[in-house]
Amino acid sequence: MKTDVPGEAVLQVRSLCKSFGDLEAVKDVSFSIEAGEIVGLVGPNGAGKTTTINMILGVLTPTAGEIRVDGFDLARRRRQALAHTNFAAAYAPLPGNLTVEQNLRVFGMIYGTPRLGERIEALLETYDLKHYRRVKCGVLSSGEQSRVTLAKAMLNRPKLLLLDEPTASIDPATARDIRGRIVAFARETRGAVLWTSHNMYEVAEVCHRVLFLSRGRVLLAGAPADLIAEHGDANLEDLFVRVAKEALNPAPEAA
Amino acid sequence: MRGSAVFAIVTRQFYLLRGSPTRLLPMIAWVAIDIVLWGFITRYLNALTGPRFNFVPALLGAVLLWDFLGRVMQGVTTAFFEDVWSRNFLNIFATPLTIAEYLCGLVITSVATSVLGLAAMVTLATTVFGLSFLAYGAAIAPFFLVLFLTGVALGILGAAIVLRFGPASEWLIWPIPSILSPFVGVFYPLSTLPAWMQGVGRVLPPAYVFDAMRAILAGKAVGTLDLVIGPVLALAYVLAACAVFAGVHRYAIRTGLVARYSAETVS
Repeated sequence: MKTDVPGEAVLQVRSLCKSFGDLEAVKDVSFSIEAGEIVGLVGPNGAGKTTTINMILGVLTPTAGEIRVDGFDLARRRRQALAHTNFAAAYAPLPGNLTVEQNLRVFGMIYGTPRLGERIEALLETYDLKHYRRVKCGVLSSGEQSRVTLAKAMLNRPKLLLLDEPTASIDPATARDIRGRIVAFARETRGAVLWTSHNMYEVAEVCHRVLFLSRGRVLLAGAPADLIAEHGDANLEDLFVRVAKEALNPAPEAA
Repeated sequence: MRGSAVFAIVTRQFYLLRGSPTRLLPMIAWVAIDIVLWGFITRYLNALTGPRFNFVPALLGAVLLWDFLGRVMQGVTTAFFEDVWSRNFLNIFATPLTIAEYLCGLVITSVATSVLGLAAMVTLATTVFGLSFLAYGAAIAPFFLVLFLTGVALGILGAAIVLRFGPASEWLIWPIPSILSPFVGVFYPLSTLPAWMQGVGRVLPPAYVFDAMRAILAGKAVGTLDLVIGPVLALAYVLAACAVFAGVHRYAIRTGLVARYSAETVS
């Protein structure tokens, strides 16, 4: 399902740090994502994945470091950077008291999407939402809501798409369908995707590269197949479990 | 400022109002009840005092003007609360939308909703109780301007408080007009108040409106300075409220408050 990866960085994250008082949630994280590339951001709960995504989304100010989206410094040119970004997260559903079409229209206007009516029609078609256009989002199933959130995330034809557990709490068939749509997005529009997930099979299937985060640091980075081969594990999940255990319970240093 | 982004905020509120009569009704019902109640009180007082003094423009007019301020404030805060109630902050603030565009959208929404309430009040007060705005002369325009700006300032300040302290602080916002009303002399001259309350009243723009209103009804001249201080103070409060909201928003972005409004945990 993976796409070919050309060589231009859409997202550049340099020396990113975030502290909450004494707690260092993200420590000196650096990475980049190129056009058409899907990068998995994985790690145990509390590793700093959502904190990292929130900083890239501009809803959390880094303590230090730099984020550039399509060349725009998020700290200095927030509007330009966010105009090229969009996101979907399981914990950020669209307002349930608006219909699918109303939500898409409101967010399309916020992003200043040209020819919005046509864009909405195209997204309703692409995400199989035509039957639900006048249904309030709050009464849709989890899978339908995920499709609506993804449709919202595509309104501005983002160069950078951030996905925080987009397939959480949805059935395997719908999750596969959503994965297919995101891979198609990266392949057809050359959009860059940063994807967090706890499903290692999903990550191995769709991601070109994986960043393994633990306690706010990137412990491992590389293509899923290369990481598995390098570390001698049977699959990405085994590698994930082993590295997570080692990171959380480091062996005492030899005397 | 992008018009489409501002209009998006207004459109969202329009969709909500169009689809929910329960949102529309309170905008009209409470102010209408106030006018009916005070309309009959003024009628009774007029019956007691005879033709020497007309309570309709002095009391009913004051109630109408004060309720207008309350409606403007609630127009802004309720539009903001819709984003609180639907946990929409992450979706809204992770877009290119600027704070100026967001606040402008809330204020325009408030104009529309408060005009509804005002229309209901004016219709009742003029047709049923004989209130005439001619009694106030041309000063009625700056009166409404001052009360509108003050309502906007209070609404934005209320939104900033809720953004800073969380949804539970909503209960702090609703009674703000009631808390201020004794200080601004809606029904009595500021001179009635003890010195410290007069001091508070003098820094509140509506106090100049109600003092000027009583002076006009008593046939006295209203100083140009008095007509200028109110709008200037009110405008200053709007700017200050916007600055407070922007400061709270920066704080919310720095500490992760915005993210926590949607995500239950920050991992």
